[in-house]
Amino acid sequence: MPIRFEKVSHVYSDGTPFRYVALEDVDLEIREGAFTAVIGQTGSGKSTLVQHLNALLLPSSGTVYVMDRQIIAGTEPKKLKSLRKDVGLVFQFPEYQLFEETVLKDVAFGPKNFGASPEEANKLAREALRKTGLDETFEERSPLELSGGQKRRVAIAGILAMKPKVLVLDEPTAGLDPAGAKKMMELFASLHKEGTTVIMVTHDMEQVFRYCEEVIVMENGKPKIQTDIKTFFRDSSLCRELNILPPALIRMKDALREKGYTVSDDTVDIKTLAKEIARQVKSHG
Amino acid sequence: MKAVEVEKLTFSYDQETNAVEDVTFSIEEGSYTTIIGHNGSGKSTVAKLITGLLEKKSGKVVIDGLELNEDNLYEIRKRVGIVFQNPDNQFIGSTVRDDIAFGLENRCIPQENMDDIINEFAEKVRMTKYLDKEPTRLSGGQKQRVAIAGILAMKPKILIFDEATSMLDPQGKDEIKKVIRNLHKDSTLTIISITHDIEEVIHADYVIALRKGHVAMSGTPQELFADTDQVRKIHLELPFALRMQEALAREGIHLGKEITMEGLVEELCRYDSKR
Repeated sequence: MPIRFEKVSHVYSDGTPFRYVALEDVDLEIREGAFTAVIGQTGSGKSTLVQHLNALLLPSSGTVYVMDRQIIAGTEPKKLKSLRKDVGLVFQFPEYQLFEETVLKDVAFGPKNFGASPEEANKLAREALRKTGLDETFEERSPLELSGGQKRRVAIAGILAMKPKVLVLDEPTAGLDPAGAKKMMELFASLHKEGTTVIMVTHDMEQVFRYCEEVIVMENGKPKIQTDIKTFFRDSSLCRELNILPPALIRMKDALREKGYTVSDDTVDIKTLAKEIARQVKSHG
Repeated sequence: MKAVEVEKLTFSYDQETNAVEDVTFSIEEGSYTTIIGHNGSGKSTVAKLITGLLEKKSGKVVIDGLELNEDNLYEIRKRVGIVFQNPDNQFIGSTVRDDIAFGLENRCIPQENMDDIINEFAEKVRMTKYLDKEPTRLSGGQKQRVAIAGILAMKPKILIFDEATSMLDPQGKDEIKKVIRNLHKDSTLTIISITHDIEEVIHADYVIALRKGHVAMSGTPQELFADTDQVRKIHLELPFALRMQEALAREGIHLGKEITMEGLVEELCRYDSKR
């Protein structure tokens, strides 16, 4: 079942001088099982949008349909707890929310809270920790003494331990080193392959290009563009129009075209691009 | 003249394992040097050691000709400024103006000179319009620019950026990188930037790569990235242009080692027209 937003608005601090319309009349549909990127400038409504998915924020008006629930203004949805289990939300800098004495306890907290027995919760926690690349030597350590990248993995393991069907990520790799970010993205890609619906807020176009299937561009509280990745990165014109730096490969294709080379719109990897160039260089010889 | 000389520097957080071990490097005065490496490679530790925020276990640090020790710690701190990663953790003043003034007050600059100094450095980071705003209401990039102005007002000779752009959005990152480039162009300031941003690295003068507390490689970006095997071995990311050249080489097109995309495209056209 797809996720649907129907005429959803969200107003912060309504009735005060700080009233701020973060989402305005949003209509959109997110395909089940897809890896969708939500992009847009700071303040465009990306984070507000995704925080509706597990009813962390309720719409000021309109309806959000997630799985078999409806989220509407004013009332907490029925079966809220199971919604929070099914839709895992990873905040920006989630490592700030670690609180337990040990890594294992922190990760097991979620499943325990949702009714798993202690043994079951620990088992789920261990599985989730392995998935994020943390072995058993981490289990009894305090989450607070870990490095930034390790803390991030513990926080994400805490969400994965609940086995969410929908995974919502708000800039999950911000502040990580390139190697750590890559590992993290590969984890999300593998969860997506296993059938999880993944929705990721990001500023990183290389990640969008490489891992995502669909893209939603937010602007001033509304989706401005929603399309598949191939269409979005066909050439750099859409990115330029949106004032986004296109991925390096797309910039390279642009630069080659400018010099008179022919490059197919469908080329999305370095190897194919190298073959295309080589063919033309050899025909000149 | 060297702005920074580090000799066999060693440090341990827990007295057991060394977070930084036998690190030796020097940084040219007036240069723009980046320090790269994974999380946990010792980059930030090195930055804290050369500013005396952490105390070394052994080795020698010379800043601007002065050896770092207890006696001249404060003299060295005057000469080195540091901009940290999290823009929210470095504000003291209730307005941008107060925040820039804070360091000046600490150094007993007379009140009548302060306004000029504040205006001068707010202008340098293009924040003049925001002098009376609350820092908390600014964007991440603006906050970092205020932090930079506050540090510049202290007239340091060396400015260290410790992942100062990594928590910012693309617009904020661009703002800060532009400020850094302009500072490098217009002043004799020595700039040291700890970064993961490969685009920033290839446009700096020098780069030092750390791995597991040791210096793994150093040189100009061109020199460092030319050794692609070694770069891979220490698990650093290769710039796009070099990955593209490797793919082209597999197709029988062997170009020089260009680290920028513009350079690569030019090189390719030259190669193509010679055939």
